[in-house]
Amino acid sequence: MTILLDSIGMDSPDPSDTIDPQTHTTTIPSSAGIPVGPRRRVRGARLDDRFNVLGAAAAGIAVAVLLFGWFTPLSGGVGWLLVAYLTFIGFYALLVSFASDWQEVKDRVMAVLLASAGVLLFGALVFVVAFTLVRGQEALPHLNFFTQSMELAGPLDGLDVGGIVHAILGTLMQISMALAVTIPLGIMTALFLNEVGGKFARFVRTISDAMTALPSIVAGLFVYSAIIVLITHQRSGFAAAMAITVMMLPIVIRASDIVLRLVAGNLREAAYALGSTRWRTVWHVVLPTARPGLATAVILGTARGIGETSPVLLTSGVTAVVNWNPFEGPMISLPLQVFDFIKSPEPNMIARGFGSAAVLILLVLALFAIARVIGGKGPGQLGRRQQQRVVAASARDLQRITVNGVRRARLHVPPSLPPSDLNAKETSS
Amino acid sequence: MPHTTFASMSSRSAPDAETLPVETETRRSLISRPSVSDRVFRSVAFTAGLITVAIMLAVGVFLSFRASDALGVAGLSFLTEQDWAPESQTFGIAAVLFGTITIALIAMCVAVPLAVGTALLISEVAQGRLRATLVTLVDLMAAVPSVVFGLWGVFFLQANVIPVARWISTYFDWIPFFRVQDATGHALTEASAFTSSALIAGIVVGLMVVPTQTSVMREAFSQAPIGEREAAFALGSTRWGMIGAVVLPFGRGGIIGGTMLGLGRALGETIAVYMIISPIFTINWEVLKTGTNSVSALIALRYGESSSFGLSALMAAGLVLFLITLVINFTASSIVARSRSGAESN
Repeated sequence: MTILLDSIGMDSPDPSDTIDPQTHTTTIPSSAGIPVGPRRRVRGARLDDRFNVLGAAAAGIAVAVLLFGWFTPLSGGVGWLLVAYLTFIGFYALLVSFASDWQEVKDRVMAVLLASAGVLLFGALVFVVAFTLVRGQEALPHLNFFTQSMELAGPLDGLDVGGIVHAILGTLMQISMALAVTIPLGIMTALFLNEVGGKFARFVRTISDAMTALPSIVAGLFVYSAIIVLITHQRSGFAAAMAITVMMLPIVIRASDIVLRLVAGNLREAAYALGSTRWRTVWHVVLPTARPGLATAVILGTARGIGETSPVLLTSGVTAVVNWNPFEGPMISLPLQVFDFIKSPEPNMIARGFGSAAVLILLVLALFAIARVIGGKGPGQLGRRQQQRVVAASARDLQRITVNGVRRARLHVPPSLPPSDLNAKETSS
Repeated sequence: MPHTTFASMSSRSAPDAETLPVETETRRSLISRPSVSDRVFRSVAFTAGLITVAIMLAVGVFLSFRASDALGVAGLSFLTEQDWAPESQTFGIAAVLFGTITIALIAMCVAVPLAVGTALLISEVAQGRLRATLVTLVDLMAAVPSVVFGLWGVFFLQANVIPVARWISTYFDWIPFFRVQDATGHALTEASAFTSSALIAGIVVGLMVVPTQTSVMREAFSQAPIGEREAAFALGSTRWGMIGAVVLPFGRGGIIGGTMLGLGRALGETIAVYMIISPIFTINWEVLKTGTNSVSALIALRYGESSSFGLSALMAAGLVLFLITLVINFTASSIVARSRSGAESN
């Protein structure tokens, strides 16, 4: 216990007023007096390297400018970029080869290629998100966009009439219904896979893995023909929620399964060794340890579920009014609303479509940020607050054990014994 | 307990054994009965697993059951017929399946180099905070809704890809599938011949599946054993030399498995494809030319107007798609799992 206190560091309450620090702490040898030289930088780039990159970039841009418009009749932004990039790679390889051998040239060129793959991918991500947000700016400043439905807005009306409150409400209702099924069912199934086990659990795992391959449109088609055509005979928010559930359930099961598997086995064994039942182990050890990971799994599943368009397209139906009853009548959701808006050729409708897409993506980003804040840590890793709480608890335990131990020792020691014997008991307790 | 066993063991040699009590205590059973809370927990967890399996089997069984009507009528021609007219009993998925696979293959051409490059960047080049940021960005990209990618594809990418597609079709028309011709064999050059093509849909779908592939590959690459890495460096290898000699061979299973997982997702992608393509029901080899189709877009297009039999035909198409993605996914996860265990044993 004292080792834990020491390794966690300075912010722990000092227990030395209750116990003797000499006998209870691990001492770390001091580094004072041992000379430490200046740290060598092994990663930074040399001046030559920077010059090579900059020079090759300048050469690439220059060649592309010359080729486009001056020497040859090439045109187009994409082609310009491509020519500039290829020339840049060529010149960079040439510049590096002046000072180094073939192996190093290959290394440098590949490093540039890998970096450009990353830049291209994340450039695309930022661009897709920013494009939606920028195009959505036309519709977003109108407050009625968030407070009205499309009930009274005709196709030719301006952006100051009509909004997407019906789609926002529909999304929230559908995802809540889906989560009400997915969270308990998904986490219980994951617990079944990990804590109970057996032949049937392996079968369940295989089936749920297979279900991650289910195309979303097929899930929608299933709900459409099994629930809508056979039972309810009308599209409803409930049917859409069921389609989203079928999509989300395997994702949540798989992610929770991985998180639960990461819970260290010795924690479980410690609980069993202390005589706790299986259920108590799950409730007091496994679930609290895996809580951030489980929250992340659920939130990421939610982010995926919110963005699902194709199952909702088949099951929820399109409407322009707010529908509070999830079991009757069509109930539109945000992605479907985007899809419906941009089918129209009217510029105002397309602006509304981008506005809805911007709202949708902000929702997903917010969910993602929450997931990062909760689940940025692995199972068993504690935040600052939690660490302080654990340290305080263990300090209390230590005090309880040592102080009470001393007291008990005093009570049981006959008064005739010399005080040195008492000290020996104190240290051993 | 030990006393009695000693007595029973030594009874043959010691004549006074009869005086000792034999078998007064029975052996304690080590099998404990689970407590009430445990039994409740077990049965609840078992029920949850049962419900999950029931839901998922219901999807599969229902699909096959409803699809059997249409499959019985169409027979083997379901796989060879290009037209989709269930009312007149001539329908098949040859054209839509061809379109699906074309789009998925183009998506792979875009996605695999990007995914391998990004995965290597994250696992081998980036350090510390940058690496954590990149991993987060990859996860975030996986969560961007497909309708948003579709919007971007329709309103931005299409206009910028058309000049490139025209350039390729002009200079590479000796490669058959880069040719863009009308019915009489005349080369087309106007921009309208290049819109809504399989190429544009493929690029968008490719960007959508990169995150899936990247995260599988990154995990495989980061499991390449440290001993071999350091051995390569100690022999004087450059970083790329080390990657080529150690990381890529160890991560080969991850590359193949990740690619196939992405392929499975690309085959099933619906809404972005549906927004971009203009559906046709013939096999179109010219990937740069307007018009292609996919199974999921077919379902999204036709589910509303379908009669009961038409719905059954759509079910059959969905079932075929599901079976293909299922096979690909299982193969991929078994390849990934095998490569992982191989890396661990070293």
